Amino acid sequence: MTPPRRERRLPGADVGDPERLYVITGGPDGAKRASLDLVTMIVAREAPSPTVPPEQAAILRLCGAPLSVAELSAYLSLPFSVVTALLTDLLTLDLVESRAPVARASLPDRSLLEAVMHGLQKL
Amino acid sequence: MDSRSSDTITGPRSEDVLPTTATSAVKVVIVGGFGVGKTTMVGSVSEIRPLTTEETMTQAGVGVDDNSGVESKTATTVAMDFGRISISDQLVLYLFGTPGQERFWFLWNGLFEGALGAVVLVDTRRLEVSFDVIGRLEERGVPFVVAVNTFPDAPSHPVEALRTALDLPDEVPMVDCDARLRASSRDVLLTLMRYLHSLALPA
Ligand SMILES: Nc1nc2c(ncn2[C@@H]2O[C@H](COP(=O)(O)OP(=O)(O)OP(=O)(O)O)[C@@H](O)[C@H]2O)c(=O)[nH]1
Ligand SMILES: [Mg+2]
Repeated sequence: MTPPRRERRLPGADVGDPERLYVITGGPDGAKRASLDLVTMIVAREAPSPTVPPEQAAILRLCGAPLSVAELSAYLSLPFSVVTALLTDLLTLDLVESRAPVARASLPDRSLLEAVMHGLQKL
Repeated sequence: MDSRSSDTITGPRSEDVLPTTATSAVKVVIVGGFGVGKTTMVGSVSEIRPLTTEETMTQAGVGVDDNSGVESKTATTVAMDFGRISISDQLVLYLFGTPGQERFWFLWNGLFEGALGAVVLVDTRRLEVSFDVIGRLEERGVPFVVAVNTFPDAPSHPVEALRTALDLPDEVPMVDCDARLRASSRDVLLTLMRYLHSLALPA
């Protein structure tokens, strides 16, 4: 039996998604957003003071130790874009710090991959 | 936004708390058709109980420019499973298992852009469900390996036939795996890392 065969997509076939889906920004139009990845690590700088709104206070409590934005979204049961909006406020107020992920585009050497391989081998 | 009282929020279990030295993270995305074993793979290698993150997307109605002037929008929540592996005291690897409807995957901002690479899980009973995603990864320049999940009643095609069917370049690794087994899933991730290493510029 021969399996079915994939046909190469034509270049540019993907332009203009007919479904026109987009992410709800959760904030007022044009509001400035911190550029946060699913795996940006967030650490609280301070314990929440009574003036901090409840959602932000919850983030500060969760981030006593480093936690990714994805984990925050999971524990808070809030969509990713809502969490990034809350974090933008906290970053502006300097109540949390963020540690950007190591992305593919910024891979200057092989040592990171070697570290990951080493870690996986211990599993 | 829902208002929920913060005392109902449960954070990580004590054994899931990362050390304060954890300063950087990397991610890998696991893609593949419906029921191919993505959730199973995330769960088998994750050190934490797998979690779910979600995103809300809206879908503009098709007849937006009709006379009514009313844009009908439906909100769709897309949920994604993910797990975590601590690589060292500093470095954490996150694994994201994409949800069933693939038109959402590439709209999730930053999901693929920042990823080190992807694992494409294929089920030889339904190879064609992986065709579209492979094309999209190629278009975006996301490096990937193909893991063939061994389901008991699956036809076993020779690797070369699968490579031809998937129209994969020779250098793209293909491996067999059982996503239920930690060691097997780990080996798939190691294959991806070795492949990325071969693509990386020498220091
Ligand atoms: N024999 C075998 N069964 C597997 C393997 N991986 C997953 N399964 C089984 O296949 C079924 C579907 O696996 P899931 O991990 O839920 O698949 P999924 O890709 O997350 O599915 P969706 O999220 O619904 O697209 C489950 O019953 C798994 O136990 C495998 O490697 N071998
Ligand atoms: Mg699943």
